[in-house]
Amino acid sequence: MSDTAFYTKDLSVFYGEKQAIKKVSITFPERQVVAFIGPSGCGKSTFLRSLNRMNDVIPGARVEGEIRIGGRDINDPSTDVVRLRQKIGMVWQKPNPFHKSIYENIAFGPRYHGVKDKRNLDEIVESSLRKTALWDEVKDRLHGSALALSGGQQQRLCIARSIAVQPSILLMDEPASALDPVSTAKIEELIAELKRDYSIVIVTHNMYQAARVSDKTAFFLMGDLIEYDETQKMFTNPSNRATDDYISGRFG
Amino acid sequence: MKARAADRVATGVIIGMASLIMLVLVGLIAYLLFRGLSHISWHFLTSPPQSIKAGGGIGPQLFNSLYLLILTMLITIPLGIGAGIYMSQYAKANQLTAFIRLVVEVLSSFPSIVIGLFGLLVFVNLFHMKYSLAAGALALTVFNLPLMVRVTEQALNGVPREQKEAGLALGLSRWKTISSIMLPMAFPAILTGTILAAGRVFGEAAALLFTAGMTTPRLDFGNWNPLDSHSPLNPFRPAETLAVHIWKINSEGRAPDAPEIAAGASAVLIIVVLLFNFGARWLGRAIYRKFTATK
Amino acid sequence: MNAPVRSVEAAGDRVARFPQHKREEWIGRLYAYACVALLVVTIFSIVWFIASKGLTPFVSGAIRFSDLLFGRVWKPEGEPALFGALPFLAGSAYVSFLAAAIASPFGFCAAVFMTQIAPKLGRTVLQPAIELLAGIPSVVYGFVGLSVIVPFLREVFEGQGYGILAGSLVLSIMILPTITSIATDALHTLPAGLKEGSFALGATRWQTIYRLILPTTLPSLLTGIVLGISRAFGEALAVQMVIGNAPFVPTSLLQSAATLTSIITLEMGNTIGGSLHNNTLWSLALILLMMTFLFVFAVRFLERRAKR
Repeated sequence: MSDTAFYTKDLSVFYGEKQAIKKVSITFPERQVVAFIGPSGCGKSTFLRSLNRMNDVIPGARVEGEIRIGGRDINDPSTDVVRLRQKIGMVWQKPNPFHKSIYENIAFGPRYHGVKDKRNLDEIVESSLRKTALWDEVKDRLHGSALALSGGQQQRLCIARSIAVQPSILLMDEPASALDPVSTAKIEELIAELKRDYSIVIVTHNMYQAARVSDKTAFFLMGDLIEYDETQKMFTNPSNRATDDYISGRFG
Repeated sequence: MKARAADRVATGVIIGMASLIMLVLVGLIAYLLFRGLSHISWHFLTSPPQSIKAGGGIGPQLFNSLYLLILTMLITIPLGIGAGIYMSQYAKANQLTAFIRLVVEVLSSFPSIVIGLFGLLVFVNLFHMKYSLAAGALALTVFNLPLMVRVTEQALNGVPREQKEAGLALGLSRWKTISSIMLPMAFPAILTGTILAAGRVFGEAAALLFTAGMTTPRLDFGNWNPLDSHSPLNPFRPAETLAVHIWKINSEGRAPDAPEIAAGASAVLIIVVLLFNFGARWLGRAIYRKFTATK
Repeated sequence: MNAPVRSVEAAGDRVARFPQHKREEWIGRLYAYACVALLVVTIFSIVWFIASKGLTPFVSGAIRFSDLLFGRVWKPEGEPALFGALPFLAGSAYVSFLAAAIASPFGFCAAVFMTQIAPKLGRTVLQPAIELLAGIPSVVYGFVGLSVIVPFLREVFEGQGYGILAGSLVLSIMILPTITSIATDALHTLPAGLKEGSFALGATRWQTIYRLILPTTLPSLLTGIVLGISRAFGEALAVQMVIGNAPFVPTSLLQSAATLTSIITLEMGNTIGGSLHNNTLWSLALILLMMTFLFVFAVRFLERRAKR
């Protein structure tokens, strides 16, 4: 068993009156990939977004329960949410590079966090792009617009952008669902690489993807956590009837 | 059969009325250009007006209008963007925000003459600014601010949520996310809105009658020291703008060629406003194309 | 690159209590809040200053409020001086309502044209044209009114050509964009299928517009009309240039008249500050201000109705 990266205890999320997540407790192992699966609207994205308090952005959203990272509850008023988010990278369904150059997309975060030296920044940009297997494709046009890249490249750029500020956790919200199969395969390879350094949580609507990339899988249904176990066990021998039905494609 | 006939008649009437609107606009602009263009010359645009003789120009008035526009925008843009940021990003959904929205709405509905009178009371009298460019610029700021706030707010609301979240997720403060990620993306929309607002400011007269005044001192266009009383740049001198000038010569012009001057000045005003309008459209489209073509 | 930091707070704890990101957030917020505060202060001072000036004649007992509202004679320099503002109130009301009456059918037809008849032509031609109309400065409207509409009325009817009709015609063009844009928005947001359902029942386009679209969008159309009236009521220079500026309660559309804004424009600069005449002009400005509030609340009321 590996160490615990962070865990939630009885976590509930409300949008106004509606309860989107119902008392979910999950422990996330360090440097492993945890996949969230479930039909759309089951709360898996909401859960993911509460892990770096991104739901703060949505008016009317409210969180109850605990999310403890390094022993501290991130919803505690004393938590510096800006520093918290620096330690938790995030990748969205649709690639969302900044409307800046490739170089700036990556250098922007580290520079903000205090890396002023040009050589250091260059290094960070190169290593982040290498980690995401993008370096060879873009090294000749680092100062060209990030929007000129293909969708798959843009998504890898977004991953590079988030690891450039040295997070320990990566949250990915259906990172490949807007991409073609070749790009998807590259992202999946990348996830396998990245889990050597980061604890990764990935939301996916694609069960095969979950089976391919994750170590553990959580199945959500209507805001409830139905089952959470080793991915291999979940996909071969789920203990819950609903999980079985979902995985074998009987609904969803 | 009757219904069909009524339909045909009604459609005809609607098309007729829409055409009439077009006709009014085209007629209006054609009339202004037709009457005014023949009077526009380099001399007309650069020389000072004459009070009783023919042959006066609109040079100082044109300069005043442009200078006043710049002064106004220098004050309005930072204030409008600041308040727009608040409305779009920091305002919570509560009573206070509803109240502030009401305030902005009321302020934007105040007749410009009322804003001019407020300027007379506060800037001209209370602050001892006298009739001056500075007082005029402040009055125009009050007049223009609600529009700038709305332009900024809408532009920021138009930025995709994922961009904001990407900034926050990198560990940027909210302010940094707004100023470095969202504002640059909202810039094209803000720019277009600002140019349109500038056109409105350029043509405004009622707010200026009792703030910037209806006279212009003799200006020495070789003197660019902003503190000198004869310098065109001195913000504390009275300044009759082009729009005010048009109003004044129509109501009390004594020069024999007053109607021609009014026509020429109106044509200049309308050309500048058209330039602002088309400029904003063109720029908006150009920037949009630049952004989308690279995608 | 460094190894990932395990504890979220590990990096943070070593930094001062007010790290850079908190300081800049405070400064940024302060700036945005200050701008909004200034906005709120501005509107309160507008009301405060104009009210305190405009109430002086009543507070000092020089004029009774009812005399101002209902007095038919404005003779500020007469013996005794008379301050009856009814001519201006009536003039303002006549021109703005008449302007709205002229502009509303045009605005509605333009909106129908742009949304129901020729959307493409509407978007590319009529819409920009109406936006241009909105951009033309009011003194230019006044100038055109003075040099085209007034002489035209003088030709066709008896009299000088100045008056309520000339003012209303000029104003109707000026408020047309307001009415049109709100009507267009209302027609755009019609529930999908409403029109199709009517067509499917065999109704003609006109029947659909008349029986279905007009009643559904009526509250929104009214909002636009009230906004237009509000704008016309407060417009100063264009009206002042064509209305003739005679301080009498108008009895004919073609007779020279005056409005609240026109009398303020004309006399504010020619009276001595602090005199009763001057202070009474501020009372008129205060009435104008109060009317603005009335219009804003009327619009809000109608908008709420329209949303239902």
